[in-house]
Amino acid sequence: MSYQQVKFYQTGTLTVGNRLLDEQQRTVQATLDRSNSLDSGHRACQGCGEALGARYAIDAAMRAADNQLVATNATGCLEVFTTPYPESAWRIPWIHSLFGNAAAVATGVAAALKVKGREGIRVIAQGGDGGTTDIGFGCLSGMFERNDDVLYICYDNQAYMNTGVQRSSATPGAARTATTQPLGPQPGAEFGKGKNVPLIAMAHMIPYVATASVHDLHDLEAKVTRAMLLHGARYIQVFVPCPLGWGARPADTMKIARLAVESGLYPLFEAEHGEIVNVTRLRHRADVEEYLTLQRRFAHVFKHPEQLQHIRAIADQNIRKFGLLDAQEGVAR
Amino acid sequence: MLKQVEGSQAVAEAIAMCRPEVICAYPITPQTHIVEDLGAKVKSGALAPCEFINVESEFAALSVAIGSSAAGARSYTATASQGLLFMAEAVYNASGLGLPIVMTVGNRAIGAPINIWNDQSDSMSMRDAGWIQLYAESNQEAVDLHIQAFRIAELLSVPVMVCMDGFILTHAYERVEIPSQEQVDAFLPAFEPRQVLDPANPKTIGAMVGPEAFTEVRYLAHHKQMQALDLIPNVAEEFRQIFGRDAGGLVSGYRHQDAETIVVTLGSVIGTMQEVIDELRQAGHSIGAVALRSFRPFPLEALRQLIAPAKRVVVFEKCLAVGLGGVVASNVRMASHGLSVPVYSVIGGLGGRPITRASLTKLFTEAMQDSLEGLHFLDLNQEVVNRQIEREEGSRRSGSVAENILRDIGLVATAKVS
Amino acid sequence: MKTPFAITLDVGSSLLNKTGSWRTERPVYVDRLPPCNNACPAGENIQQWLFHAEEGDYEQAWREIMRNNPMPAIMGRACYHPCESSCNRAQLDQAVNIHAVERFLGDQALRHGWQVEVSAQSSGKRVLVIGAGPSGLSAAYHLALAGHDVVIHEAGPLPGGMMRFGIPKYRLPRDVVDGEIQRIVDLGVTLRLNTKVEDIPATMQDEGYDACFVAIGAHVAKRVDIPTPDASRILDAVSVLRDMETESEPPMLGRRVVVYGGGNTAVDVARTAKRLGAAEAVIVYRRTRDQMPAHDFEMDDAMEEGVVVNWLRTITSMDDTGFTIEKMELDEDGWPQPTGEFETIEADTLVMALGQNVDTSILENLPGASVKKDGVVEVGSDMMTGHPGIFAGGDMVPSERTVTVAAGHGKKAARHIDAYLRGGKYTPAPKHELADHGLLNTWYYTDAEQTVQPLLDDIRRQTTFEEVTGGLDESNALYEARRCLSCGNCFECDNCYGVCPDNSITKLGPGKRFEFKYDYCKGCGLCAAECPCGAIKMVPEEI
Repeated sequence: MSYQQVKFYQTGTLTVGNRLLDEQQRTVQATLDRSNSLDSGHRACQGCGEALGARYAIDAAMRAADNQLVATNATGCLEVFTTPYPESAWRIPWIHSLFGNAAAVATGVAAALKVKGREGIRVIAQGGDGGTTDIGFGCLSGMFERNDDVLYICYDNQAYMNTGVQRSSATPGAARTATTQPLGPQPGAEFGKGKNVPLIAMAHMIPYVATASVHDLHDLEAKVTRAMLLHGARYIQVFVPCPLGWGARPADTMKIARLAVESGLYPLFEAEHGEIVNVTRLRHRADVEEYLTLQRRFAHVFKHPEQLQHIRAIADQNIRKFGLLDAQEGVAR
Repeated sequence: MLKQVEGSQAVAEAIAMCRPEVICAYPITPQTHIVEDLGAKVKSGALAPCEFINVESEFAALSVAIGSSAAGARSYTATASQGLLFMAEAVYNASGLGLPIVMTVGNRAIGAPINIWNDQSDSMSMRDAGWIQLYAESNQEAVDLHIQAFRIAELLSVPVMVCMDGFILTHAYERVEIPSQEQVDAFLPAFEPRQVLDPANPKTIGAMVGPEAFTEVRYLAHHKQMQALDLIPNVAEEFRQIFGRDAGGLVSGYRHQDAETIVVTLGSVIGTMQEVIDELRQAGHSIGAVALRSFRPFPLEALRQLIAPAKRVVVFEKCLAVGLGGVVASNVRMASHGLSVPVYSVIGGLGGRPITRASLTKLFTEAMQDSLEGLHFLDLNQEVVNRQIEREEGSRRSGSVAENILRDIGLVATAKVS
Repeated sequence: MKTPFAITLDVGSSLLNKTGSWRTERPVYVDRLPPCNNACPAGENIQQWLFHAEEGDYEQAWREIMRNNPMPAIMGRACYHPCESSCNRAQLDQAVNIHAVERFLGDQALRHGWQVEVSAQSSGKRVLVIGAGPSGLSAAYHLALAGHDVVIHEAGPLPGGMMRFGIPKYRLPRDVVDGEIQRIVDLGVTLRLNTKVEDIPATMQDEGYDACFVAIGAHVAKRVDIPTPDASRILDAVSVLRDMETESEPPMLGRRVVVYGGGNTAVDVARTAKRLGAAEAVIVYRRTRDQMPAHDFEMDDAMEEGVVVNWLRTITSMDDTGFTIEKMELDEDGWPQPTGEFETIEADTLVMALGQNVDTSILENLPGASVKKDGVVEVGSDMMTGHPGIFAGGDMVPSERTVTVAAGHGKKAARHIDAYLRGGKYTPAPKHELADHGLLNTWYYTDAEQTVQPLLDDIRRQTTFEEVTGGLDESNALYEARRCLSCGNCFECDNCYGVCPDNSITKLGPGKRFEFKYDYCKGCGLCAAECPCGAIKMVPEEI
């Protein structure tokens, strides 16, 4: 790994900053001169995970690129809440074209910069899970297979939020959405459907794929920084809770993200050229129930133990498959 | 330099001389030869610097062009038919963002039933997308219009679609005067974008605009096209000065000045028509033609002046607004508003059906006798149509229309007879 | 060049949109009372001195302790550290080893000769302090810092009180005691040894004192009557421990020593006996181990050194070779009751460690002062006795009898005496809301187990009076200080600044903490939820 993980045991090691750490070991978000690429006054809901994830990712990319950055953006919450005429919350050159073409537009931007000899300017495409895993998937896959010099960041809040919480192919089993209503013993979103785009991205053998979560800023920034060191097609999927769409308290955004990861439901890993090179192990495994209970979209699960069992099995499988716990810990639990 | 070349190749030569910096390619007949040739030029280094990108769909092709154009690169792509429809969302978006992309449409029918041959249903479906649409009469004009297209697009910050009939032009070998690089360079300066994605001067491009300003945005798009009405003839004039020939402009007339009957059309069919008009003139008929080179913006005033003296106007077009009639005819009628000139709408050449001199002669003769119905389908096999209508009236499950018609006129019918 | 209308926007123009109007709750920064501070009998601001220690600024940390307690090196050894019992970190892994860091800081001060300066102007007032134990010394220190002229009258030959005569030197080396007392004396405090005050008002009048603090401790051993043919074989713990300090020869305890009692003093005597060569040191206690007042860790240490304990036993009589003891059993209420079953143990000496009483004779004739039934002196919340201008504290007033409580009394009395001398009244600042464990977000603290202080070899512990528990070295002390969670008080971790989705927090720079931009704060509460130490509170917005 070309970046250093913060490991020094001391007060608030995992906090955003820490006066005891070297400046280099603090996060970009801890700095006074962070770019605030996504600034105040945007219209995201209270406690929006996506607003936060986007600022985290883009600020980190800005630092890595020495502020030489252009971003394209798919239609969706992020686009709508940041750029309603006459106010833009962005501080970077930014373009929104369509719902399904952020990756392709970014390819175009990268091509233009290359032909103009301005390759020092780096390109990021960003979108929500709908714009990425569904409608934008063709363009995304095309950008991947051509290995275009674009970092695509998907802010995954597991449904179409901008249109009123409909199911996407990133919606997890059992989740209630406006188009997957639970009914009696039937779960919300059906189990066994949906796709894992990070793994699909890996199948393109692109230089870098990672999953991250908004709650673990050090990890997220390290991954963005790593991605920015590389060229070619790169993909980072960031888990960003949506208080409104998930029926959660705005103040619980980080907590939910933390529990999603620590329960094993959202494995964090990095892959290079199709091979997993790093897995974020769980410090303390959390109960799946603890994660689910904070979200009304899973309320029905507690009336149907078989659904709960199914979700637990998914967490168990992730833990096995990605080796999220040391073998012994896995047994102990 | 005069060359005997395929239309697509001639167009590729011209585009290469326009020094596009990003070209997005996705295969669809009949435009494919253009991007193939361009790809070869980029590969060989003849066209440089240029990024030639093989994309995964037409939607991506135009989307990549949107990105590259917004980042300040002269951007080009080409498509046809289903491909144009597949990128429809991006077509509107490119014009909304004011990006001066140039795109060739090798005109081709739209399915179903799938059909690879020429008509103009595809580009006509995008007539209101905010692009400037230019229609080429010949491969020479296709070459010339492409060169002008970049100029117009970049002066106005608006995308331009150059439409050339599929196969009839794209695949036809004709003698074409290929301009020199010096001429093109003299005519077309380097691209200076109106706005560009640049960290040195960051802007937010593509905001969401609500009811409070959307009408104004749309009005300004319209205003831009109205500006183009002035600009297009000026560019054509500049072109004439450098290249020494007439090309482009809003409209062109052929023996129309004293004509009682004026045929209005667009695209390559004008060539056949000129021959028919010459014959009819020789036979003493007062007939001429007007070709629309710019369909968007629609030259209402220029056309009105040309048709005002006539006694009747026949609009001949290779597309159909199903449920209404002629697309072009509807527009021409706006130009004739207030004039006491009847406008006949004729639909012909759909899906590649040949437009013969005989058929045109018959058509024009009927028109000159005012015996033409308001909406006429050239060479329509009324018998086949009637039989299918009868079948449909007899049974709700009468089967596929296309298949039934093939049974009537195609191999199946032939087999029956024998 | 003109950009397109409406569809192209200037960057950062959203600042015109004041999203603060969405808010129904507003976050506010608060300081909450850390449980360690709350538990400290001396009122130390433990978290604050750990904060300085975390940065490696040990002198600043030491000076922070000195604001409340003048004897860090002693406290770091002798205090029973209730701070650690209440430390929130105990619910994560183990409590912060606060006393070890305090000891490290105290030792650093002694090693480097750090001194405290009196910056207050001389008040011209004189205060008499009676007793040079922890309470009297603490009071003298704080009064001296407040600008008063302080004279200590100590009846004994050496200063330190129970720090010297109650706590054996293997727990509290004498050079440490001497060093910290000397530092107090160096402030200009006059210390008169072997000076017993018999009549307080007379002494005050004779020597011109404006106020007096009495802290003579509790040195009179309690005894029970045990029939014996040889009374000389029955000693009391206070005398044994005192003789260890004052006599040139250690007391003769014999080969087999029985200590009667269950408090820390009993344990100290038993461990002392071991060190003096006793083959057997047996503690007899009439209740169970759980009920022993002695601290668990003291008992553990003692038993490691070979001290044996007989629980649920009373001593009924003594003869030439030993004692008859009766087995006890607990009744339903947990009280020991005799069973009528007897056994004998052989022993040379019995040391009674049944607690101490106050010699209240000094106050008996003092007008206004009153002594309670259990032999302790009554004081008000301002530590003043019924006699105006005469205050009392330490073991002689009703409270827990520990070095730290005594030091706390000294400080508290000094604050009130100072106010009294200036004709005012001292009102302590109101306490902040307690920083409960539930207010913390502990995910942000990585796992870090407590550092264990080194212990002396068992053999040396049984034969010498060397200090049993070693100190932390610098890297250990730093590590241990950094285990502090900073409960309830901002430690500038930047979390709020980072986790705000609306970028509505201003970072003011090192030492200046943060400020909310209420123009943009939507009141989502993420900052409060993610503050690791519970220093942000959401309060309803008045709408």
